[in-house]
Amino acid sequence: MGKKVVNTNCEVCPQYNAKGLKKLGVNIENTDFVVALAGNPNTGKSTVFNALTGLRQHTGNWPGKTVVRAEGAFEYNSKKFKLVDLPGTYSLLSTSQDEEVARNFILFGKPDVTVIVVDASRLERNLNLVLQILEITNRAVLCLNLMDEAKRNNIEIDERTLARDLGIPVVPTSARFNKGIPELITTINEVANGNIVCKPHRIKNVPKNIDNAVKKLSEEIKLQFPNIPNSRWIAFRLLEGDTRIIDALKTNEFV
Amino acid sequence: MSNKSVKDLIELSNELRWQIGDDFHDNLIEGIYADASQIVSDTVKSDKGNKKLRLEAKIDKIITSKMWGFPLMFLILGTVLWLTIIGANYPSSMLATLLLDNIHPVLKSGAASISMPWWLDGFLIDGVYLALAWVIAVMLPPMAIFFPLFTLLEDFGYLPRVAFNLDYLFKKAGAHGKQALTMSMGFGCNAAGVVATRIIDSPRERLIAIITNNFSLCNGRWPTQILIASIFIGAVVPESLSGLASVGAVIGIAILGMGFMFLSSWALSKTVLKGEVSTFNLELPPYRPPRFWKTIYTSLIDRTLIVLWRAMVFAAPAGAVIWLVSNINIGDHSIAFWMIDSLDGFGWMLGLNGVILVAYIVAIPANEIVIPTILMLTVLVTGIAGGEGAGVMFELDSANATGDILKAGGWTLLTAVNLMLFSLLHNPCSTTIYTIYKETRSVKWTTVASLMPVFMGFVVTFLVAQIWRLFS
Repeated sequence: MGKKVVNTNCEVCPQYNAKGLKKLGVNIENTDFVVALAGNPNTGKSTVFNALTGLRQHTGNWPGKTVVRAEGAFEYNSKKFKLVDLPGTYSLLSTSQDEEVARNFILFGKPDVTVIVVDASRLERNLNLVLQILEITNRAVLCLNLMDEAKRNNIEIDERTLARDLGIPVVPTSARFNKGIPELITTINEVANGNIVCKPHRIKNVPKNIDNAVKKLSEEIKLQFPNIPNSRWIAFRLLEGDTRIIDALKTNEFV
Repeated sequence: MSNKSVKDLIELSNELRWQIGDDFHDNLIEGIYADASQIVSDTVKSDKGNKKLRLEAKIDKIITSKMWGFPLMFLILGTVLWLTIIGANYPSSMLATLLLDNIHPVLKSGAASISMPWWLDGFLIDGVYLALAWVIAVMLPPMAIFFPLFTLLEDFGYLPRVAFNLDYLFKKAGAHGKQALTMSMGFGCNAAGVVATRIIDSPRERLIAIITNNFSLCNGRWPTQILIASIFIGAVVPESLSGLASVGAVIGIAILGMGFMFLSSWALSKTVLKGEVSTFNLELPPYRPPRFWKTIYTSLIDRTLIVLWRAMVFAAPAGAVIWLVSNINIGDHSIAFWMIDSLDGFGWMLGLNGVILVAYIVAIPANEIVIPTILMLTVLVTGIAGGEGAGVMFELDSANATGDILKAGGWTLLTAVNLMLFSLLHNPCSTTIYTIYKETRSVKWTTVASLMPVFMGFVVTFLVAQIWRLFS
């Protein structure tokens, strides 16, 4: 706040300043990009949301605080971003209402970027959801939040390797203390504009027979719906007998 | 896209599903976990014997233990309530002096100097203004203390531990363990608690959670409980113990509420909402030192001021309505008199009185205004000095003054106890009722959720009154 003297190289870097940032609060009209905020419960999604939009969504230290979609906006380099805070979920494979809200938005809302907020100290548990989301969307950013806590717990994360393994940019943050937020914004911007192209990880450890079935079905889906980016995931859902997805196919929601 | 090709796709998927067998879902999830652990083993380094984690585990072991879990819970809740009751006294009387002793006369003489007609002056200054002043003086201080403390607990990570402790009881009652979380939300606001039930995936268990959420004492009712307990319960014990006794009474009511929640959840799950209990994982989040000032700030803005605003929005018209019904006569008496008179018999049976029942009808939009309404109506029917005319509130500078008014209105310890019970067991406020309808989309369940608690309230207060009178 009110910094005038430039001391370090960091502070002249555009990454650090995120100069073009304007928090727009609930003013979500005429936005250029839609950004979804997904993640496990209690990873600080709402805190990230508040840091980006300047809103004061209530946050709390317990899973399940956000059950409805909250929306806000910010402007960066004269592009307007609409930010949608999704309910925190552990997975997208069951049918509780919060999971369905999150799943349907990523699938049908077709956000330009999906920011997946994870708890850096509990990465393995959080990756379950990350890997599912990466089956659905090609444009995602991993927000490695609660870094302060991870550091206190002596957990070290090799962010570069993680980014390479997941095939998406990784940004470490401590949203409670506004750390890493400028970097997050520039990364969101880069992905939205297509300057960063993601090659998301796809689930590998699938038994051969299932893999074959999925491939076969997925090919067929691609044939019928050439524009679907996530034919493999839809194949997973069809094999599971997900009626919502079957209905969506019938009513052409994927086109 | 033609329907035929979609049909083909679905047929193909059905066929393939047969081929790959039942284990598909489990296999897929195992695959995801295998991928995740592979990635983590390549990227994360941590020392397992971490001291802080071990300390957290130790704290959790105590807080969630069979032996200490509940006593600690009551102790923490008790401390919060005690701080609220003790701390709210001084600012309350200061605000009352300012708003009622200083500003009210100024407004009155101001109105007289521009020769405002008596009915407009009464309607605006004695009706609307006094109701607002009362709500602010009595409700703002306890809320400004209670909500920040509660929010600090929440941010620290205590709520999921409460849920963990209660999970077992909910399961016994045939309900979902996550109901413990929605119940805790209900301690803030029942409408919010009802919305929070979306985290429960089984419709049956969700319905149970929605219907029984009203048994969590909400924002609007904590101040009523705290006030009545400090006036009446605190007064029956020696003064040095009065704070403790009032806190005990309020906690008792809150626990009784939980008891009713379990009981009615159990009854519902054994009768109209039969079914299996589903299992789930509850994550105990790490303890996080709350960001103190930020929490204070947001809880003041987001909770205290919003609740106060709501109370004022409803209190202002209620004040006006009360002034009107007490100044418009039918026959020899005012409308208010007739209403109270006709409900007095029924009220007496419940160990309450007509004033309280009328107040609860007036207060359907918001629980927050029950006490102000009761006071105004009591002054009206008893004609206590201090009231400057029909439907005009008196000057009230302390809880004791409130007590004197109520005692003059024929209140006994039984009235106080039953009011506390009835405040726990009555219909949800209109906002909550509307939220229940929005969430369930069912007139039937909304009706059940609205009427069941009132009915229970009638039964419980009736029984208490009969037994009380038998022994006293």
